[in-house]
Amino acid sequence: MAIIEAKDVSIRYITGDFKEIGLKEYIVRRLRGDYQVTEFWADRDVSFTLERGDMLGLIGKNGAGKSTLLKAISGIMVPTKGKVRVKGSIAALLELSSGFDGDLTVRENTYLRGALLGYTRKFMDEMYDQIIAFAELEEFQNRPFKQLSSGMKSRLAFSIACLVKPDILILDEVLAVGDGAFHKKSGDKMKEILDSGVTGILVSHSVPQVRELCNKVLWLDHGRQIAFGETQAICDRYEQFLKDGKLPEPFEA
Amino acid sequence: MTMNIRGRLGRFAEKCRKHQFLFEELVKRDFKQKYKRTVLGMGWSILSPLLTLLVMRLVFTQFFGRNTSHYTTYLFAGNLVFSFFKESTTGGMSALMGNKHIFTKINVPKYIFLLTKNVSSIINFGLTLCVFFLFAALDGITFRVSFLALLFPIACLIVFNIGVGLILSALFVFFRDISYLYDIFTLLLMYMSAIFYQVDAYAPAIQRLFYINPLYCVITYVRTVVIDGVIPGPGLHLLIVFYAAVAMLLGGLMYKKKNHKFLYYV
Repeated sequence: MAIIEAKDVSIRYITGDFKEIGLKEYIVRRLRGDYQVTEFWADRDVSFTLERGDMLGLIGKNGAGKSTLLKAISGIMVPTKGKVRVKGSIAALLELSSGFDGDLTVRENTYLRGALLGYTRKFMDEMYDQIIAFAELEEFQNRPFKQLSSGMKSRLAFSIACLVKPDILILDEVLAVGDGAFHKKSGDKMKEILDSGVTGILVSHSVPQVRELCNKVLWLDHGRQIAFGETQAICDRYEQFLKDGKLPEPFEA
Repeated sequence: MTMNIRGRLGRFAEKCRKHQFLFEELVKRDFKQKYKRTVLGMGWSILSPLLTLLVMRLVFTQFFGRNTSHYTTYLFAGNLVFSFFKESTTGGMSALMGNKHIFTKINVPKYIFLLTKNVSSIINFGLTLCVFFLFAALDGITFRVSFLALLFPIACLIVFNIGVGLILSALFVFFRDISYLYDIFTLLLMYMSAIFYQVDAYAPAIQRLFYINPLYCVITYVRTVVIDGVIPGPGLHLLIVFYAAVAMLLGGLMYKKKNHKFLYYV
């Protein structure tokens, strides 16, 4: 039974100087006929399947289409072509700061984030103390969020996302932050969650981390799927690519 | 057909329950952001329309107040409706852009941001409404049971404001200069809403044109109930419902159609 199934997913982005031009400028450009929007494919024909308990490592250089793919999986974007099927609740942790408000306190932000992730007040009441304890922020509960260091912020984000036990966890390079002690603690927590049967996707530029945590890897380059499958073989090939810069033909492992 | 509507309503109610917690938390956040936990915060929101009223009362009584009975109530009714509309819609305009960090990262229904923004302007309006009744009493207005009829235009105005807010917040994502254009628009709209003057001076045909302005309809309704002590005819009721429905429908359609496009423009 597949938890996440992506079939021939292609996503077309539009770019161009249409942003922030304003209505007046838009009308003028339309009248002069030089209103231009350029389209490009952020992802082309990406297919993969994840079973319960799988941890997918998403690798590839910047601009490979990793974040766009995550957006399609979490339902923020709709694929231009192809299909994404997801079973269960998703706790997307796409970016550290997303959804946090600097003026609100740590407590208020925790509840807001919980609400954004789709949990109930009752559930958050039960989990709150655990979340704060895990993030080691007991003394900062009533401080405005903006006064926290970036490490503390990421600890809070991580704790909320991990302690609420989603069916699917999406991590976009979140593990890379935090000091040594928390780094280890979060890594242990991640393994604990993985053992509990959660399905996850991890975007990372750290190949050792992917090798350690993931049992499947998807390699994207400029939106194209280079490889999907077994971790060690793909990671070996990817490290070679990082050294010599030669992109292999799409392969399976 | 009825089943379909009932099914949709059921699903909508379920969605609302599911997002109730999020709604409450966002309302709290909006309040804290708006008033920054200041003591004067909320009080200022009531004080500022009162100052407008005071200035208008002082300046315009000489010109327009002489032939208008209960001119203070007349002015206040206009200001009350107009300032609610203005606050709700200008605040609502930034509802989507202001939350771009959230909806580009987390899959939440986007209209929820506009709804929570509207909560504070509705509360403000409620408070100002109390002050309005206080002033009306001082102005020698007799309170009648028929005042309950005011619930009708108020409900429609809330729906209308939300509809216009949906339209504006969607447009604002695509065209950032909408905010400046809308400032000018609301200024012109204010002059056309007969807030401080009476339309009697115009020919009947021109007077009828005023009804194109939804705000004028609501203001007229409030004045008819409070000052004249009667409930307006069915025509005005229909017109007000019509405007509210059109705004809501248009806003809803824009959100539905552009739901996954907003992302590209923020």
